[in-house]
Order: sequence, then C-alpha cells, then structure tokens
Amino acid sequence: MTSLNTHSDPIILEMRSITKEFPGVKALAEVNLRVKAGEIHAICGENGAGKSTLMKVLSGVYPFGTYTGDIVYQSEVQQFKDIRASEHAGIVIIHQELALIPELSIMENIFLGNEPTKRGVIDWAEARVRSTELLARVGLREDPETPIKEIGVGKQQLVEIAKALNKSVKLLILDEPTAALNESDSQHLLDLMLGLKGRGITSIIISHKLNEIEQIADSITIIRDGKSIETLDVKADGVDEDRIIKGMVGRTLESRFPDHEPKIGEVFFEVKNWNVGHPQVQDRLVCKNSNFFVRRGEIVGFAGLMGAGRTELARSVFGRSYGRFLSGQIYMNGKEIELKSVKHAIDAGLGYVTEDRKSLGLNLLDDIKATTVSANLKKVSKHNVIDANKVFTVAEQYRKSLRTKAPSVEEGVAKLSGGNQQKVVLAKWMFTDPELLILDEPTRGIDVGAKYEIYGIIQQLANQGKGVIVISSELPELLGLSDRIYTIFEGAITGVLNKDEASQENLMKLMTSARKTA
Amino acid sequence: MNALKKLFGGNTRQFGMIFALVALIIFFQIATDGRTLTPGNVINLFNGNSYILILAIGMVLVIIAGHIDLSVGSVAAFVGVCVALFIRDWGIPWYLGVLLGLLLGVLIGAWQGFWTAYVGIPAFIVTLAGMLIFRGANQYVGKSNTIPVPADFQKIGSGYLPEIGPPTGYNNLTLLLGLLGAAFVIFSEIRSRRNAKALGAEVPEAWVSITKLVLICGAILYATYLFATGRPGTSFPIPGLILAALVLIYGFISSKTVIGRHIYAVGGNRHAAELSGVQSKKVNFLVMMNMSVLAGLAGMIFVGRSTASGPFDGVGWELDAIAAVFIGGAAVTGGVGTVIGSIVGGLVMAVLNNGLQLLGVGADLTQIIKGLVLLIAVAFDVYNKTQGKKSIIGLMFKNFGRGSELKPDETTSTKEVISKGA
Repeated sequence: MTSLNTHSDPIILEMRSITKEFPGVKALAEVNLRVKAGEIHAICGENGAGKSTLMKVLSGVYPFGTYTGDIVYQSEVQQFKDIRASEHAGIVIIHQELALIPELSIMENIFLGNEPTKRGVIDWAEARVRSTELLARVGLREDPETPIKEIGVGKQQLVEIAKALNKSVKLLILDEPTAALNESDSQHLLDLMLGLKGRGITSIIISHKLNEIEQIADSITIIRDGKSIETLDVKADGVDEDRIIKGMVGRTLESRFPDHEPKIGEVFFEVKNWNVGHPQVQDRLVCKNSNFFVRRGEIVGFAGLMGAGRTELARSVFGRSYGRFLSGQIYMNGKEIELKSVKHAIDAGLGYVTEDRKSLGLNLLDDIKATTVSANLKKVSKHNVIDANKVFTVAEQYRKSLRTKAPSVEEGVAKLSGGNQQKVVLAKWMFTDPELLILDEPTRGIDVGAKYEIYGIIQQLANQGKGVIVISSELPELLGLSDRIYTIFEGAITGVLNKDEASQENLMKLMTSARKTA
Repeated sequence: MNALKKLFGGNTRQFGMIFALVALIIFFQIATDGRTLTPGNVINLFNGNSYILILAIGMVLVIIAGHIDLSVGSVAAFVGVCVALFIRDWGIPWYLGVLLGLLLGVLIGAWQGFWTAYVGIPAFIVTLAGMLIFRGANQYVGKSNTIPVPADFQKIGSGYLPEIGPPTGYNNLTLLLGLLGAAFVIFSEIRSRRNAKALGAEVPEAWVSITKLVLICGAILYATYLFATGRPGTSFPIPGLILAALVLIYGFISSKTVIGRHIYAVGGNRHAAELSGVQSKKVNFLVMMNMSVLAGLAGMIFVGRSTASGPFDGVGWELDAIAAVFIGGAAVTGGVGTVIGSIVGGLVMAVLNNGLQLLGVGADLTQIIKGLVLLIAVAFDVYNKTQGKKSIIGLMFKNFGRGSELKPDETTSTKEVISKGA
C-alpha cells in the first residue's frame, strides 16, 4: 500500500499509530503519517474522517498525553503540551477560520504574540522593516499598516503565512486554505506554496479541492473513518482525481436505511435563477444562478463539500435568512411567491432544520415542550395567550410518536443526547405542518441507532406528500435516502442525478469541479 | 432538594433567594426586637420601595431579552417633572396627568427602542445616552426647581385603601384583598393539579401542595393582618396595589403569552428564535419601550409620594432595579429570569436597607453590605453552573429527594467536537 520507494529523502515528520479517543468515540485509530522534508503532503478524506483531529494532535491543540502513539519530528519524539510548544519547534498551523484581528494592522497581526522588543518596548521600526520583507516573500503588495479588515480573505491568508514565516516555520500546515478564496487568489496561494517548497519549507495541506491537490501535492495520505488508508506518491503512482476519490469513499455502507417506496407526485416547489451575495463581502456570490425544484413526496438531496454553498442556498430560500438577496424567483404550487422573512417562509409552508443545532437550532435554556411549539405558537394559543395544556399535549404526542428518550416533556433540551435533541427539533418543524421541509445535516453528531430512526421520520414525511430537501456531507446518507440529488460546487449547482444513476464516485466528481457544460 | 424545588419552583438561585428573604426578615425581626414586622414599618417598606420594584418588573424583561436599561432613573425623573408641570400649568385633572405621563413614557420608549432594535446600537449605549439626555431634560424643563403636585395626585404615591363597610377594627378592603389573594392561590394550585392529572403529567404529591399552600397563604394572611391593623388612616398602600396588579399582569405576560415566549426566545438564542420566525427586532423594540413606560409610572408614583418633582429624582434607581433583577435569578447573558424572582430580589434589598436602618447602621456600611450581597448572590449562581450544579444549598440538602440527575450529556458534546473538528 505504502509506496514510499524513495528512501533517500529524509523524513521530517512521522506520526506513528496515533489513536485519539473522545469519551465514547474513537476519532483516530492507529493513524500513520510520514512526511518527507521539503515536500507538499496532502491529507484527503471526507468531512469527519479525522483530518483536522490529526492536525490538532500534531500542533499540540490536543496535548501530549491525551492521545496514544508517537510524534517523531526531526528524528526526535516530541511531546507538545500546547500550540506554543509546537510553534517553537517550527510547526505552524493555519486554520480555516483565520486567527487575525480585524481591527489591527497587517504588521501588528504578523507580530502578535511575538513582538520585536528593545528593552521591553516594542520596536515598531524593526517590525515595519521585517514585515515589509515578509510581505514581499509572500507576494503581498500592501502597506503593513493597513488594517486587516480592509483587505480581502485571499490577502488575509497571505498575512497568515507571513506570520508563520516570521516564526521561522519548518512545517506549515494549511487547513482548507482555499475554501474561502476565489480562483485567482487560490492560484496565487498555490503558487506561493510551491515557492515555499523551493525554499525548503515542508507543507501539509488539507483540502477538498482535488484538482488543486493534484496540481501541487507530492504525496497524498488518505484518511477514512479515523484510519489512515493509504499514502500515494503522486508522480510515481500516476494519481488522478478519480484515484483519490476511490480512496476517500471506498467503504461499504455502514448505516442502513428503512425500506421506503417513494410516492412521487407533481412539482410543487421551484426556485429559478437564484442569486445571493455574501453578507459582508460586496462582490462575492454565495449562490450563483441556481435552479432547482422539488416534487411532492420526493426526498431531494443536496450534495456538496463544506463551504460549497448548500446551507447558504437553503437559508437564502428560507425567508432570506442568509446573505443579500439579489435576484431569483420562487414558485410554490405554480404561483410565484416572495419570502421576505422567516415568518413569511413559515407561513408559506417551509421549514428549515439547521445544521448547527446548538447555536442556531435550539434555545438550550428551554425545555422540550416549549421548544416543540416554538415555531408555531399561534396553533397553541388563543388571543395570544398560550394554552399550557395544549402545549403539553402536543409535546407529549410528538415525544411518543418520534420516540424521544426523555423522562418528560419538561426536561431541558440541553440535557438530551444529540439524537433526541434532533427529534425535538424535527417535532418543532413537523408541528408547523410544512409542505417543504429542508433538513441541513440532519444526522450530524448523532449515533447510528438514532440515525436510522431519523431516516424513518424523513421518509414518513415524504409519504405524507411533503417535499423534503436533505443537505448532507455524508454521501452514503444521501444515496440511501434521496430520490434525486443536486450537486453544488462553489455556490453553483453543477448537476442533478436520479437515485439510480448516482454513485459516490460521480457525485464526488461533480462536487469537486466546476460545471463542464455551461 | 427536589422536594424543596417542587415547593417553590424556579431555579436554584430563585428559591435560594426566597430562603434568604425569609431568613433576613427573621434575623432583623429578632435583631430589632420586633420592630421589623410592625404594621407601620411594613407599610413604609412597601411605600418606599414600590417604584424600584416596578422598575424591576420592566428591567427583568429587558434583561431576559439580553439588554440593559441604564436610563430608567432619568426617564422616571423626566416624566415626573413633565406631569407635575402639565398639572400645574395646564390645570388638568390628576388622571389626565397620569395618562399623559404614560404616553410620554411610550414616546421615550419608542425612541430608545428604535435605536436599540432597528439601528442595532447596544442598549447599554442607547440608554447611557438616554440617562444623560433625560436627566438633562428633567433639569431643563423644570429649571432645576422643585415643582409641587396637588393632593389628589399625591394619592398614587402615598394613598391607602379607604375605610368602608362595618367597623371591624381592621381595614375591610385590605382584609378582602388578602382573602381574595389567598383564595386565588388555592384555586390556581387546585386547577394546576387537576390539569396535570388530566394530561397524565407528573402530579406533585399532596403534601407538597398542601405545605406550599399553607406557607404561601400564611404569608399572605399575616401580611394582610399587618396592613389592616396599621395606625388609623393607613392600610394597604395604593403603590402596593399598583405593584401587585403589575406583578400579576407581567407575570402572566411573561409566562403565558406569545410575546412573553418570544422575549425568552430572543434572549436565549436570538438566531434560533429568528429561524423559528420570531421577529426579534419587534420584540426588542417592545421590551425597551415597555421599560420606559414603567419608568414613567415609577417616576409619577415617586413624585406623588414626595409631593413634588425635583431635579435629582430617580438618581441611582437603575442600579437598584438591575441589582434586584440579578439577585432574583436573571442571567447576564439573557434568556433567564422571572418577574416574581425580581420582586423577591428587590424585596431582599429593601428588607436589608430597612433592617440596617432600624439597627442604626449608617448609609456607608449599608451600601457596602448591599454591594456584597449582590456579588455573593451572583457568585453563588456562577459557582452553581461551573461546579455542575453542586450548589451550597444543594450540598446542604443532598440527602433530601432523589439527588442529582443533572448529568451532562457526554456523548453529544464529544460528537459535536468531532464533527466540528472535521
């Protein structure tokens, strides 16, 4: 499997049988990673495979002692107790969410926590000289005193790298560096990585964009379900995108699905020419001319990698609750409707179960019964006075029919497990009696048994003639559940496949590349 | 612990505060040789604190929604001086003056609500500005003078229930009010038990209900006795009556109506509320507006009580009201708090103030003690949360009830970590 045939290259980093457990879950199991000095090493895997966990182990976010296995870096076993320790050794990680302070200048950010001082006083002249030098090295032509908030994400990424260079980095780790960048910025960043490689800096890159990996990586380690599957040598093995995809998804279906005979009716919901702008960045589009429709009784899947714009599309349709609406039409039952607010959307018969249950979906201070009725208080109140008996009865009904495990409906939702929380959220939206229910990552953070039950609930909703949209990062889930799947890449819908023609391979292909035919 | 919780409901801090209140009263009753629970003193206590308690009602809603209002003292003073001027210069009757005062409160509230909810300026800033603006406005329109109000207007701040009916030696209306109150408590407990039974929900044991009723009714009837046996001419004070009505109304609104639920939802998790169709801007606007209306009312009651409006009315009230709310169990982060809890919190401060005064403790020490009480009350709650609910009171009552069932959901949290880390 391992094809490290060129033993001449010295190994800068070796992670040996790294196992990282969280209570009840094994996030990493005996993972091995060998990175040669001076190469660009890509780590590929599906969302949740364990890539970021591995990098957190390496960089000391999870300190020595919380994992088992050895980290051998520059021929020495390392025991990093925090990020400072790993940075001291020359390992710098740049996270997907940039750790820059928007109000401070480029220069101040580069030297944050590492300020050049002269007798305890910051030497700004020195800082200025050095930051100009560093900016030149990363190819960023900006005044070092420009505030971070005034430059784009692409340039901010470069500032992060300049900051890393200032710490005399030997091993640079980039987690999804191009996820938020446009094409020219991405290309600049990739070129920079090749340039750094020329200067002897080793890089590890985590990316979903396989075309980029194919372009710059020397070797690729594939991680799946917390295990290292294989390491490919790009040049020697003749690796292409298809080969990587095969490694990433090559597993048997673990989660099973309840039997379901779809009863699909006519198209009742349609979105046309949907364009939405990024909420902060002026000229960036998060939805590019998207078109899709849903039939009655149909479960429609939205496939796409994290950050592809699935959630943005769903939320912008759901009462414009995300981004700046630019143009587009929504038709429901043949009539054009305008959903200007979430209230309009709910009244029109839409429901949206968010991917981020804890920060967007639930008021963790509430109990089950209050949550169940929270999106449709009208139905349990008369003249704006809530009928507590009705609330109890309704919540109890859903608790029984969805088999939510809780001592009573007066239990606080914060005390429930993920699966049961999700059932309460589903109950909340079922109680609004929607015609179209959008489920964003409905089984994230939920164990297998509860997943099966939630699939059952989704199918039941479809059987009642409702339309269901399921957004998921787990391809097996989409394949098992959906009648039709749209693929989304960088804000645009790149294809649609019927259940019988969809496979993990062709979905992954559509999810990682721009539309071939316009 | 559980049994006690059942008795008093609410969160740990809230029922801890009820204990504290009772303990304080008993302590001062003993320390002052019985001068605390005399009709005169209790009537005084209510009269002198009703306006703070009214502010606390509005403030708890503001704090539940996740804001703060620093302007209430200034708003109260401004409304007070305006109403005093309206009555003096335009010769309008007192009730029209009150009506205009409330209307003015609505306008001021709309101003603050507009900036907070629709422009999106933090309420702290908006109301800090309001504090300056309306204090200045009070002194500008009143030319920093004292403006007296007529006798019938003074009734709303210092009046009592009249003597009517047969001479029983007690104030009849006060007695009637007390009996009605007790009857209401008994009736609602019976109704909630019946409801719970009909729905198949957990019905509290009979002894819980009975103990609860005996304690509450006992307290109500004892208070009634005190109020009804004051020196001739005094009885249950009018400001107390207004306060009681407001507690009932706002207690009902906050716990039983759609807008009440929306306030908790916005304060608890604004994004989740918005994605459930709650119009959070409207909620924030109404909450801020309501606060100013109640501040106006409190200002008028104070002017009525002190017989005139002055340039330094209401100084520092906002802090008393905010302290009452936090002692009463509200969370700084919003989403938590109750009207009744804030009243209890306000009463704790009031009893403390009053008792220390009776003991002859100076204003300097009183302030220090009040500050420490606020700090300890909130520290108690923070400690509660960080220690996985092993509160001091919880430890004291560990052997009662079923013990701790509040185990954090470990599997969920780790899975969340993993899915986020991926």
